[in-house]
Amino acid sequence: MTAEVGTTAPAAGTEQPPGKRALSEGKRAERKLAFWLCAPAAIVMLAVTAWPIIYSIWLSLQRYDLRFPAETEFVGLENYITVLSSPYWWTSFGVTVFLTAISVAIEFVLGFALALIMHRTIVARGLIRTVALIPYGIVTVVAAFSWRYAFTPDTGYLAQLIAPDSALLTERLPAFSIIIVAEVWKTTPFMALLLMAGLALVPDDLLKAASVDGAGPWKRFIKVIVPVMKPAILVAVLFRMLDAFRIFDNIFVLTQGAQQTGSVSVSTYNNLIKGLNLGIGSTMSVLIFITVAIIAFIFVKGFGTAAPGSDDGGKR
Amino acid sequence: MAEIVLDKVTKRYPDGALAASEVDIDIADGEFIILVGPSGCGKSTTLNMIAGLEDISSGELRIGGARMNEKAPKDRDIAMVFQSYALYPHMSVRENMAFPLRLAKVDDREVREKVDEAATILDLTNHLDRKPSNLSGGQRQRVAMGRAIVRSPKAFLMDEPLSNLDAKLRVQMRTSVSKLQKQLGTTTVYVTHDQTEAMTLGDRVVVLRGGYVQQVGSPQFLYEQPANLFVAGFIGSPSMNFFPASLADNRLNTPLGEVELTDRVRRLLEGKDAPREVIAGVRPEHFEDAGLLDEPTRSGGATFRAKVDVLESMGSDKYAYFTVEGEQAVSSELEELAADAGATEVPETGSQVVTRLSAASTATEGGTTELWFDRDKVELFDPSSGVNLTYSG
Repeated sequence: MTAEVGTTAPAAGTEQPPGKRALSEGKRAERKLAFWLCAPAAIVMLAVTAWPIIYSIWLSLQRYDLRFPAETEFVGLENYITVLSSPYWWTSFGVTVFLTAISVAIEFVLGFALALIMHRTIVARGLIRTVALIPYGIVTVVAAFSWRYAFTPDTGYLAQLIAPDSALLTERLPAFSIIIVAEVWKTTPFMALLLMAGLALVPDDLLKAASVDGAGPWKRFIKVIVPVMKPAILVAVLFRMLDAFRIFDNIFVLTQGAQQTGSVSVSTYNNLIKGLNLGIGSTMSVLIFITVAIIAFIFVKGFGTAAPGSDDGGKR
Repeated sequence: MAEIVLDKVTKRYPDGALAASEVDIDIADGEFIILVGPSGCGKSTTLNMIAGLEDISSGELRIGGARMNEKAPKDRDIAMVFQSYALYPHMSVRENMAFPLRLAKVDDREVREKVDEAATILDLTNHLDRKPSNLSGGQRQRVAMGRAIVRSPKAFLMDEPLSNLDAKLRVQMRTSVSKLQKQLGTTTVYVTHDQTEAMTLGDRVVVLRGGYVQQVGSPQFLYEQPANLFVAGFIGSPSMNFFPASLADNRLNTPLGEVELTDRVRRLLEGKDAPREVIAGVRPEHFEDAGLLDEPTRSGGATFRAKVDVLESMGSDKYAYFTVEGEQAVSSELEELAADAGATEVPETGSQVVTRLSAASTATEGGTTELWFDRDKVELFDPSSGVNLTYSG
């Protein structure tokens, strides 16, 4: 929110009423007004984002288990040591990294293909784009339940079709595959939409020039389209990675984290809500926050991703 | 280097729109040919068909004798310069120019030599490591030219390459494009909507209108012998003046007065089945201040009095503008030309006439002057078909 205050103030400052005295006074008044106008929004934002973050950091520094409220006390970084030395945490961390890497990679490839198709389509353009976006419009939990029913032994149509004699969701690798399929099915349209916006930034003349210069379709794609739309690609991948790292609903509905398929978010939920251990749960959520921040930092500083001006866009 | 032959090349879009119709042009090896016409005349479509960026609906395109219709752009060995320059923004100037060579798998040493050579010709040596975004418009244009010449292709195709430059730079670049083409001797097809570029650059000019070739010829020939109203109005700046006129008994009745047809004009009209009502066209330089002429010259034309609305003194000449009251010459060609020139935006009664007079003329703005025009230089057009009835080419 501070960013908004920052952008409003200079905008107000660029107004230049005539006369020197009037200018500085008018300017000051306008700046003041700008701050006042932004204040309510800024306060609300602080209340709903900054305060929970600070509060969970505070909770993570305490031994705080609702089952033993009497034993609550400040323990410093002890919770962090507990979590970071726990194999359960590292298993779920590994699961999360694995799921993120695989699903974002598949989404990127499929999303790019879809984006190219949507970009090139001439007939029924609006219809195709709308249809392609349907999965993204469906609530994740609802979609997850339909995947679960589809893979329920005996009754599910996909279970009958693929492996009639086994319960795929109870085996680790098949369960991962189903989780990834559900994720990919759901979020590829989002990736495609962002990439399509990037494709629109590649001028037609550039592609014409490349074909006359001797580039076939593949060379045009690799040497011209991808480099020119690199900023859009980075933003799309960053958004999806931040989002995928926090995967929760699909896993929760499909496996509940059984067979070691739980992500860090599932572990956090288990400790915080199921286990009522506020200290450990908060520690885990702070660790997720830090990891996500590191990913964003690497993208923005390392790859030069343009800092997105809006929210993370990947909300479900 | 090669000759390019367009044999009844037609472009018809799926929706039925006709962008180019049976375009027949033989472009000789090393020739500099200009495709010119107002927007939507099919000149860019024709160029894109030569490049392979648009499919040819019917007809045949041959480059160096080989049929090209089905060949992909990359297999045609041609280079193209775009109005937007189409430089690759993520590559340096050197990489941009080397791109076609790299795709052709030329070895590194040769790439460097060729790029350096092209950079020297185009005076880009100091900018080779910069990105296109750090270059001025003129420099970008030169990089685009450089990317075209490094490969020594069979032909250059240029799609309004100078249109994005400011007026002064455009004139400079025009001369350097012309020099470069002569130096390299590469067959060049150049598209423009600017008749000045067409007149100054090309060995031959192709005038297009609505997908149809109107006339092909050297700039001077098109100027002196336009095949129809459209070419007459399009070529020349300021453009030819048109009046409604009627023919009777070898006399021509124009709003500027009645004149007897000269023998030359009469001979040309013979057998042409000229209608009674025609459109007469007179170029600005065929007018003169009557007071400056001796009697023999004066009798070779017609004199009339006109009130000069605007007088522009260019130093070497004076341009006098006046209005002829009454009906304007009407034809679809003239309407299209007026729309292209934006003249429809200006409300007018009567037709505006531009005359180029000697600097010695005593005409004054707002004053009435006796003017003269050469009756032998009058061109007559059929208003319905637009055909030049005095065409002798």
